[in-house]
Amino acid sequence: MSSERAMTGSDTPDTRAWKNESLSIDKLDFEAELMAIAPERTDIPVRRARSTATTVERLRVEEVSVFYDSKPAVKGVSLSIHKGEVLALIGPSGCGKTTLLRTLNRLTELTRNASHSGRILLDGDDTDELVDTELRARVSMVFQQPNPFPMSIFDNVAFALREQSRRRPRRRELEPLVNQALQRAGLYEEVRNDLDRSALRLSGGQQQRLCIARAIAQQPEILLMDEPCSALDPRSTAVIEDLILQLRNDLAVVIVTHNLQQARRIADRVAFMYLGDLIELGETEQIFSDPREDQTREYIAGVFG
Amino acid sequence: MASAEPLSPPRLAPPPRRGHGRRSPLRSWRPRDQIVFVLAWTAGIALCAVLLAVLAFFAVEGIEYLRPSLLVTHPSPSVNQAGSGGFLDAIEGTVLLGAIGLLIAVPVGVVTAVWVIEFGRPRWLGRIVESTVEIIAGTPDIVIAIFGLALFQLGFFSFLSFGEPGGAFGRSFLTAGAMMSFLAIPPIYTATRNGLLATPRQMREASYALGKTRIATIRRVVLPAVRRDIATGSTLGLARIIGDTAIVILLLGSTLRLQSEGIFGFLSGTGSTLTSYIYNNSPAGDGNAAQKAYAAAAVLLLLVVGLNWAVGRVGKIGGPPLHPPSRRLGA
Repeated sequence: MSSERAMTGSDTPDTRAWKNESLSIDKLDFEAELMAIAPERTDIPVRRARSTATTVERLRVEEVSVFYDSKPAVKGVSLSIHKGEVLALIGPSGCGKTTLLRTLNRLTELTRNASHSGRILLDGDDTDELVDTELRARVSMVFQQPNPFPMSIFDNVAFALREQSRRRPRRRELEPLVNQALQRAGLYEEVRNDLDRSALRLSGGQQQRLCIARAIAQQPEILLMDEPCSALDPRSTAVIEDLILQLRNDLAVVIVTHNLQQARRIADRVAFMYLGDLIELGETEQIFSDPREDQTREYIAGVFG
Repeated sequence: MASAEPLSPPRLAPPPRRGHGRRSPLRSWRPRDQIVFVLAWTAGIALCAVLLAVLAFFAVEGIEYLRPSLLVTHPSPSVNQAGSGGFLDAIEGTVLLGAIGLLIAVPVGVVTAVWVIEFGRPRWLGRIVESTVEIIAGTPDIVIAIFGLALFQLGFFSFLSFGEPGGAFGRSFLTAGAMMSFLAIPPIYTATRNGLLATPRQMREASYALGKTRIATIRRVVLPAVRRDIATGSTLGLARIIGDTAIVILLLGSTLRLQSEGIFGFLSGTGSTLTSYIYNNSPAGDGNAAQKAYAAAAVLLLLVVGLNWAVGRVGKIGGPPLHPPSRRLGA
């Protein structure tokens, strides 16, 4: 981990300071510390403020509106998502966060009465032009409720790697990739000896990390997370937040959250949505300390939502 | 809510009038509840008593006449009971018919349920399929049997049973098995359907979100998720097949012995099962050898009890259930 962190180029001084500090702590101690200060974790240094100016733009959303029948759920939203960042979508219930997220990998198509206008570009390609299965392999998703498949832990992670209609790869070929995904999701140490056990026997927090391992196994470019911690206890939440911060080194993360503290802890940028409109998008610190829009200020202050 | 009063211990809620624990004797219940309570217990115990009586009767009567030799010797038409042999052919027939019936019913039932739940478009067609299965479930087996006889006596189907050109005998293991599958399809369909309905949508979405097609999702995620329901439905369907008599008598011929001229001769030949054996040897049938009927009934009953036990077992295979197993759904 350490070398990867040191190599990411675009750190501002204060991130680097935090990283150096954390690197001096043994990994296990660090996790123990995280556990000890859960659930509130207010005293964790805010670790971000990565500048997005120098990083690669991965996903560009241009004037996207999503309709259920003729009722708009997302109204003309434009934003971009960069490699190596965590973008949090916040806003009151029913404001279109999840709909927007599901539009990014065209999962809204599964809803019969949904339609959308505008363009979403993945590395410059219109996602509507891509084959949906290929798009979803590149833009993967983790859901609110942990939803492991009713099969073994190994098969859950290997599921995404097994190509359809071609020769099914042997277990020996898949093993390194599966182990690597489990390691990246921080689950490997806990399950290494019972990869053949049913995934349904894992705890909720472990199941969610398994779902993350499954989602990152085929090396997606973007990871969409729909309130991944809302069904979990504070301890599992802490583990997963830490995991998200590690994952952003390799991919872009878009996370929908109702938990403002969580957005503040892990996001580089925050987008505030209200009634389908994107009200404000900015660096996390700016959104929380100096929002430009009154609605953002009121929401963050807890006036509504 | 803003009260400046000093904190006082919360006032206790009045104790509930009725509880369900040991502290609430039946005497303190309302009369109506007492009556329903007694009725519920009586009904439950009565049901168990009837089942126990059946089991006890055949345990005494059946096992008394059951000899290991009965299980392994061929029956022969003889009035002298010492020479009329055992019911090996009937056991073979039961097993064979169950296998053929399931071989047809499992794919049909599962695929139908998957189509109705996962696709089900156009809607009206889905509704028609639903009610068709319900009607099949409610159709008396004798009606299915006579329809099968009329169907398989057509010359077109003569290859399924022996016959002369232009017509067919219509009675064979293949024709009986095909009609038996109609008995097994409803429980298999119902169990699979309920399993599919209980499979969370998020599980399918998770597969789509990993870039899998609909077919791959059904094959690799949805069907494994309902394999236990399929197993439960199949066991219930098998129990219906091995317990059926009408189709055996009309479509299998209920001949004492199996044909044994190669595998196809075997399958397109006639035979009997334990149920028809019991019927024929009961005082109502031709054989009038009640002891052998009792012995065969004991074997059949053991098979059914064993199958019911197996239904409970398959519910526990392979980790905790995804959802409460849908047992006892068979029509």
